[in-house]
Amino acid sequence: MVPLGAYLLLSAVLFTLGAFGALARKSAVAILIGLELMFNAALLNAVAFWRYLHPQGFEGTVFAIVILAVAAAEVAVGLALFIAVYRRFGTADADDIALLRG
Amino acid sequence: MGAFLRDPSVLVEWLRALLMSWGLSAGLTELVLYLLGGFALATGPMLWVIFLIWFERKAVARFQDRLGPNRVGKFGLLQPFADVLKLMTKEDIIPEGADKPLYWAAPILSVAGVLLLWPAIPLGLGIGGNLNVGVLYLIAAGTLGIFAILLAGWSSNNKYALLAAFRTVAQLVSYEVPMVLVLLLPVLLARSLNLQDIVQAQDVWFVVYVPLAALIFLIVSIAEVGRTPFDLLEAESEIIAGFHIEYSGMKFAMFFAGEFLHAFTIGILTAVFFLGGWRGPGADIYPVLGILYLWLKGFLVYFVVVWIRATHPRIRIDHMLNFSWKFLTPLALTLVTVGAVLDKVVVGWGVWPRALAHLASNVVVALVTLQLVRAWARRLPRPKVGEPRPVARPQPQTQPQPASGD
Amino acid sequence: MVTTFLFGLIALIMVLAALVAVTNRNLVRATMGLVLVLFGNAVLFVLLEAYFLAMAQIIIYIGAIAILIVFAIMLTRHVGEDWGPAFHRAWPWALVIAGGLGGALLFWMVRWPGGQNTPAGQVDPNYVQALGQALVNPQGYVVPFEVASVLLLAALIGAIYVAWGGRRVKGPYPQRAEGGER
Repeated sequence: MVPLGAYLLLSAVLFTLGAFGALARKSAVAILIGLELMFNAALLNAVAFWRYLHPQGFEGTVFAIVILAVAAAEVAVGLALFIAVYRRFGTADADDIALLRG
Repeated sequence: MGAFLRDPSVLVEWLRALLMSWGLSAGLTELVLYLLGGFALATGPMLWVIFLIWFERKAVARFQDRLGPNRVGKFGLLQPFADVLKLMTKEDIIPEGADKPLYWAAPILSVAGVLLLWPAIPLGLGIGGNLNVGVLYLIAAGTLGIFAILLAGWSSNNKYALLAAFRTVAQLVSYEVPMVLVLLLPVLLARSLNLQDIVQAQDVWFVVYVPLAALIFLIVSIAEVGRTPFDLLEAESEIIAGFHIEYSGMKFAMFFAGEFLHAFTIGILTAVFFLGGWRGPGADIYPVLGILYLWLKGFLVYFVVVWIRATHPRIRIDHMLNFSWKFLTPLALTLVTVGAVLDKVVVGWGVWPRALAHLASNVVVALVTLQLVRAWARRLPRPKVGEPRPVARPQPQTQPQPASGD
Repeated sequence: MVTTFLFGLIALIMVLAALVAVTNRNLVRATMGLVLVLFGNAVLFVLLEAYFLAMAQIIIYIGAIAILIVFAIMLTRHVGEDWGPAFHRAWPWALVIAGGLGGALLFWMVRWPGGQNTPAGQVDPNYVQALGQALVNPQGYVVPFEVASVLLLAALIGAIYVAWGGRRVKGPYPQRAEGGER
């Protein structure tokens, strides 16, 4: 089997790409996509650690299940916010929502 | 031959020995065997579709007092081949502004979403799927079909295709909820997510335990396939097509074949979950017989699906969504709750008392539901039929009209 | 051998798909990239023998989250069209921050000796059943499980409240001055 480091490396690359997407993208949906990538990298890490270090236990799997639930909740609220913002401002670009800028 | 009937794995062993004798390494042999298995599982159902198309056309024709295809070959049996030839020679049109990779991917995903259901299905004792997350696998494979529809609608660059895709996806997502809930009941009764275990647990078919759940599963499955009475998004007799309106030639044929195969697959799945799967007299000793039993049961359910298609009128989109969210989902939830509580009460009762207790609970739930629906229907405003209604009746002139041409 | 090859292939596809997901201007294509990454993740879970999680990943991420994202893109007009730049003005800063983060991760990872680990032991063939019992066991993980479900419920109620169309607050903030609706 592949050593643990390979999974961690892939996960790190995905996390970095996701972070870049979440920080650099204009559209709010694209930011959410970046966040999802980061969640997935974390999920992959949790499962890889579970399999390689403690496959008899349940900690890794339970942690992954909680991550799944949190990601689902985050996307539901995020997209609801996004639709509400779009309806109000007529745009969904995170740049244009600058109500608090002086 | 007798050994094969008793234990079909001798076929695999024979193939493995043959491949090894050709000088392949053990790992490569395993890989070739897996590929062969996948090839057989993908090709068998697709070939079966050719017969299904003929059968459905013939059956629907008889329901409608027609003859159906009868020109090409004996009883028109070669008609599907003629159809395929026609579709192959058709021009393959890709609309202007289409998103090409996604446009190509959609029909493939549509068929793959159905074919992926097959590896999980237990075909006989020790044959076919033995996945310990089988039920979850079936649900997961179903989501690929949803994606195929979304992709087809979006990549065609046609707003009607997109709208139809949205409505179809709304339908599929709504009907997935009661389906998952109802699938919990066989899982609960068999105490396993493994389809093979679910079949093994059916000393008494689960349709005897929970007939209501079986009925809901059948209805919901028909909605998942998008057949009459739930086919209003691609109603052939009223609109041209739904999400696949821009597809032509072989790509259209793939959507078409996927739909037919899916209709048969839900027959097989209903048989696995509620009709005892491959079980039947002698199937324990001769597992190959199990394939025949499963096929027969699946075909029976498929015939019922065709029957419904031929005789039931279409329903409206709001009715359809309401039916799922306001009727099927609460009912399925009630069934699961009642079933779970009851199964704890009757623990250690033996097979038939347990089955009859579940059956009784189902009957009670059905009666209560009928009463509730009746009470609700009584409060609905009803259009008056049979009284004369003032439709476009000439009104008496009250004011003198000015003479024209003044 | 086969596993290594599979892992390499899937990893390559996932990284390329992630690049599409974060750089493509067309949001639907970006979402498709995300779906490919999610699917690759599920395949990796199968390689890691976490079958339950692989299925949960496909059902929840692809079947629910990705479809929700596509719906949100298409419910808002014009957002799915690929006009304008994908990144905002300050994107080099994002590159610096993300690159620094990734660099730090890599730096610590190569220094950690556990990266050469091979799996410790086998996975129980009846792991799914044991997991199910652990999730509802008061001595096990019933609390995180319930907290997750309460969080999900609260989030869904909040999402419905936020996105409800009937109740629009008239605020002092005017519609966009230049161009209004594009």
